[in-house]
Amino acid sequence: MMSLAAVQSVPTNNVAVRGGASSGQPVVQEQTAGTPAHGAHPRLETRALSVRYGGGAVGVADITMPVHANRVTALIGPSGCGKTTYLRALNRMHDLTPGAHVSGQVLLDGEDIYGPGVDPIVVRRRIGMVFQKPSPFPTMSIYDNVVAGLKLVGVRKRSVLDGVAERSLRQAGLWDEVKDRLKTGGRDLSGGQQQRLSIARALAVEPDVLLMDEPTSSLDPKSTGHIEELMVELKKEVTLVIVTHNMQQAARLSDYTAFFYLGALIELGPTSRIFEAPAEERTAEYISGRFG
Amino acid sequence: MTLRFRHIRDYAVRAVLVLCTVCLVAPLLVIIGYVLVNGISALTPAFFTEELGSPARAMQGRPTGLFHSIVGTVVIDLLALSFAAPVGMGAGIMLSEYSENPLNGPIRILTGTLNGMPAILMGLLAFSLVVRPTGRFSAVAGSVALAFVMVPIIARSVESVLRTTPWSLREVGLALGLPRWRVIVSTVLPAARSGILTGVLIAFARAAGEAAPLLFTSFGQNYLNLDIRRPMDTLPQRLYSLAISPYQEWHAMGWAAAIVLLLFVMACFLAARALSRAHGGRDA
Amino acid sequence: MKANRAASGQSGEACAASPRRIVPHAIYRRLGDRVFGALVLVLGSSIALLTVAMGLVLYRQGGAPIVRDGFFGFLFQTTWNPVTGEHGAWPFVVGTLITSFGALSIAFLPAIAVGIFSAEYAPRRVAAAINYLVDLLAAVPSVVIGIWGIFVFAPWMRDTFYMPAFYWARESAAWLLPVLGTPTSYNILTATLLLALMITPYTVALTRDAVRMVPREQREAAQALGSTHWEMIRMSVLPYARGGIVAGVVLSLARALGETMVVAMLIGNSNRLPYTLFGPAANMPSVIANEFREAVEPTHVTALMAVGFYLFLITFAVNLIAAYIQKRLNVGGRIL
Repeated sequence: MMSLAAVQSVPTNNVAVRGGASSGQPVVQEQTAGTPAHGAHPRLETRALSVRYGGGAVGVADITMPVHANRVTALIGPSGCGKTTYLRALNRMHDLTPGAHVSGQVLLDGEDIYGPGVDPIVVRRRIGMVFQKPSPFPTMSIYDNVVAGLKLVGVRKRSVLDGVAERSLRQAGLWDEVKDRLKTGGRDLSGGQQQRLSIARALAVEPDVLLMDEPTSSLDPKSTGHIEELMVELKKEVTLVIVTHNMQQAARLSDYTAFFYLGALIELGPTSRIFEAPAEERTAEYISGRFG
Repeated sequence: MTLRFRHIRDYAVRAVLVLCTVCLVAPLLVIIGYVLVNGISALTPAFFTEELGSPARAMQGRPTGLFHSIVGTVVIDLLALSFAAPVGMGAGIMLSEYSENPLNGPIRILTGTLNGMPAILMGLLAFSLVVRPTGRFSAVAGSVALAFVMVPIIARSVESVLRTTPWSLREVGLALGLPRWRVIVSTVLPAARSGILTGVLIAFARAAGEAAPLLFTSFGQNYLNLDIRRPMDTLPQRLYSLAISPYQEWHAMGWAAAIVLLLFVMACFLAARALSRAHGGRDA
Repeated sequence: MKANRAASGQSGEACAASPRRIVPHAIYRRLGDRVFGALVLVLGSSIALLTVAMGLVLYRQGGAPIVRDGFFGFLFQTTWNPVTGEHGAWPFVVGTLITSFGALSIAFLPAIAVGIFSAEYAPRRVAAAINYLVDLLAAVPSVVIGIWGIFVFAPWMRDTFYMPAFYWARESAAWLLPVLGTPTSYNILTATLLLALMITPYTVALTRDAVRMVPREQREAAQALGSTHWEMIRMSVLPYARGGIVAGVVLSLARALGETMVVAMLIGNSNRLPYTLFGPAANMPSVIANEFREAVEPTHVTALMAVGFYLFLITFAVNLIAAYIQKRLNVGGRIL
């Protein structure tokens, strides 16, 4: 297993080995051989995680929750409840926000990503992220967008890149639409296609976990449907955490749902239980649309 | 490509960027330091009260100064501002408020182009338009040349300031049944007041430091003159003449002129900054 | 209401009372809008006309030698001797090309670096200080930099670099001598170096603004892929901001072409080709600044006007190119 604090990584090997194992069996299983292989073990776990912003404003406070492997965990709650703040803490995106301070632990396969000597760059390679707004890199072709992450670590071999590009685009359900124009600009695609391109780009580096921050909120219903189908497919390979405003979406495709309110985690449980029999009054009120 | 290499490259890039910043900022500080040190030691009370006179006057140790240049600078610059401000503001209003006009695009491009034109050409233009027909160098010609420098700067900053005022401001006025020009004059312009003033001040400071357009328009002279139809002295053009003159006494006076000019321009610059900050603060 | 009255130019009491007032009111309003619109249009057009007029006037005043020798004849004519009445622009064109492109090639990379540093890396206070100083550098009058150049920088450069370099070249690299030339206090290299310093603020400012305009999601997308800060800049910031950056570089070139006083004070004023690095030279703005006041012969004045006309054409073209690049290379919206 690749250590987070690793000073060196040997990406070419990595890709080759993992790429070869990617048929049928989830890649993740191999990687975590040694951990108990029963259905849903926590891949990611936060312990007493708090995020404070400059000036003392609290983003989220004291969140302890597991994120199960190969499952979709949805974070719901009204605007400003801290769900996006929490999500961004999971791959150290707050490092880049001036004044933001994170305390507590985020364990990826038992290793604290905020621990001493951990390189945030390695963390972000293993925990990818897709944003609300599709963000293909300008001036790069579709192909170059997809393999951008691999090129970063020095993968130059054409055959490897070609293979990864096709696999990622297929995973993102975009291959058939763009296979004849891989060299055209990524910004010429429609919004939904751009978002799937962003997903393909995140998948190309084979992350263990994929964080999605309202990935469909800027898309039309048809594209949203595409991406939702995609997420259900993807959980075979990666662990998904999505932030959504759309409760139907959370109910449709997530396995676990976490309800956030005022920077605190109110309730976490299997999605069916949360939506059918919420234990907390506020969860029930939010789900029934009484506020938020 | 190892992770270590990528991190080292990241640090190396950062180091290069810091180095470049130091290389750019250091000469500026050195220049300001030299001007302050040499200028202060060359400043005398007579500098502000006496005329320059002939070189002999300085060499015989009689009191000389640049009183006449300071007066000339004030006269010529204010006159230039009075030419440039209405035109520049009108053009700025045109660019920002009448964006549906087909001439808007070409005017914007040509305004930018004029802004990038060498100041010395402004001098040649004013020479051809004013000095040639009237047959002599004059303060008015210098003012016209400086106005050419100011106009595009004022136009651009007025345009950008007006564009930042909220559109709702105009809608409120128009919804009350006010005609468009009324809305612009009594709502939009007052709201952008301090921003416009900042732009005018920047244009003024920029023109006040220009020597090139004045060399063959206001020409310069060694004695006080208040007649704008005759040659008049200005600090930048005098500084140039003193610096290339063969007299040591005049070189010292050149440093004194430099510090006065620098402090004046910096004061305008600081005032403009303070104004725009006050403006920004009120908006926020 | 008060504004309405003023707008109509009518006494106000009746305005609200009688609905018939609406009719004259509307006429006045339209009149006011027409007058104001026309006024503003005239003022705006006058700037555009000024630019065009500059070209026309310079050609009218300086067209004679161009007509006589032909557009390229005057341009490529290498002798400039006011005493014998021979006027060719070539020495100054060469001087302009050397000083402006020299200054640009010295300045543009460091300037872009400073823009990136201030927008991307520097802590807020440091960035504010850098921006302040860079803006100040743009505001310092060029004659002030010129006097420092004459009395401090030029002698220091001559003693510290030019003389040792010249002696070294004479001993061990004689082939360099035609390029270096005999060191003089005022020379093309000194002028170019100070010119480089003076044009940086434009590139810095445009780079900085363009980099700041890069949307957050662009940066985060790169960072979420596990890029280092510099890789993020390479991957998403620079491609996004390239329009503004290139436009800034081209605008700096326009500045370098037209900046007059520093060059006029430091270049040494020699129109004798070939130029050497350590020897005196002249360029188009500097020859106008240095000779126009003293030009007595009408042909001399005309020839200087013609040089001004060529300078106009070059800067006009460069400015248009900058405007075009800014428009064309922009990714996703306006920069500036």
